[in-house]
Amino acid sequence: MPECCVKNAGPGLPSSETGKGNPCRPLLPLLLLPVFALIYRYLESGANYLVYTVFSMDRNAHLTEAVRFFVFEVPKILLLLTVIVFAVGIVRSFFSPEKTRRALEGKPLFAGNVMAGMLGIVTPFCSCSAIPLFIGFVESGIPLGVTFSFLIAAPMINEVALVLLFGLFGWKTALLYAATGLAVAISAGWVIGKLKVERFVEGWVYEIRAARPDIEERKVPFSERIRAGEDAVRDIVSKVWIYIVIGIAVGAGVHGYVPENFMASIMGKSAWWSVPIAVLIGVPLYSNAAGIIPIVQALLEKGASLGTSLAFMMSVIGLSLPEMIILKKVLKVPMIVIFMGIVAAGIMIVGFLFNLIY
Amino acid sequence: MMEIKILGSGCANCQKVEQMVREAVGEAGMEADIEKVSDMMKIVQYGVLGTPAVVVDGQVKCAGKIPRKEEILAWIGAAAHRP
Repeated sequence: MPECCVKNAGPGLPSSETGKGNPCRPLLPLLLLPVFALIYRYLESGANYLVYTVFSMDRNAHLTEAVRFFVFEVPKILLLLTVIVFAVGIVRSFFSPEKTRRALEGKPLFAGNVMAGMLGIVTPFCSCSAIPLFIGFVESGIPLGVTFSFLIAAPMINEVALVLLFGLFGWKTALLYAATGLAVAISAGWVIGKLKVERFVEGWVYEIRAARPDIEERKVPFSERIRAGEDAVRDIVSKVWIYIVIGIAVGAGVHGYVPENFMASIMGKSAWWSVPIAVLIGVPLYSNAAGIIPIVQALLEKGASLGTSLAFMMSVIGLSLPEMIILKKVLKVPMIVIFMGIVAAGIMIVGFLFNLIY
Repeated sequence: MMEIKILGSGCANCQKVEQMVREAVGEAGMEADIEKVSDMMKIVQYGVLGTPAVVVDGQVKCAGKIPRKEEILAWIGAAAHRP
């Protein structure tokens, strides 16, 4: 079994009994926000001071550039990650796979795909839950194509990826990634829905008569949602920080040592074949967003084109072999091939499109 | 005797929940038949949409998340007092 993905089910809502105690306690994390903002504001000058004055490194050396990049980017990304994961943890506490299923039931194909893609972004979901979720959706009559839109969007567009894109590339690229990722999820799911591939789903999926449990739902006070945010920070940041540090360290090395335009001939836009190759390499490569994005950012600086880089990141993050292996229990091989083929094609279109525009 | 089932494929989260349930039962000083279910066919029959899930006396208590210890204690407390 592969390790649970970063965007996992994570900690759930705390029990109501834990809300007792100091009534101001839930507001504490909110008070940290201005402190974080202040650190964020002075981070760059702090990093410069540390590298040039405290370490007194030579301003023009390759090593200096690499160290400065590392010393600045690691705390910056970790700060951003903490704040965003906290916020997303609160938002996610309003959603659950059960609610998402209810919302998607009886929706027609296209509208269902759009909703499934968007709900895929906000619903707490871990790829090790792919099978129960798949069966639960299909059992309650949600079309296969709609289910796939959810399964594509959920891992591809996650808060860790968005934080790294925002921190290292800027908000435009982060938005671009989210929008195109959503477009791929919606259209790939829609195409799969049109193909009538139900026969490629393992027979036992339709034979199972799953119960439909009533899990108690109660009114959740806001203080508990804040705790859900805190739990998300503890859970996710403790899992991904090491990948971020390694990713940025490699990125810093590329940043300082790889010559300008080194990547232009391999991953530049003049090389049309770079997009399919990037996707081909990206699919079997299984890494989380935290490890791969800093490296891609460094490559972009060395002349790789945006379209090729986007396509590469999407195929690494969105299409993972371990998830396919999990899904093989419910899908026959042709279905897996069709699924991967369609998503890969969608990602390639995104890559070509951006190479053309930029 | 109380019957608790932990549904999960065997990822880190599921193992953590199993451990938490065992601790909670011990802490409450109760006896329970605790079983880890990792057979996917069986898991899906409970109709849960996510793992880890906790089932107490045939009733799904939570799914797709790691419950808090207080929650687990509340479930087993309620199950023990049921006639």
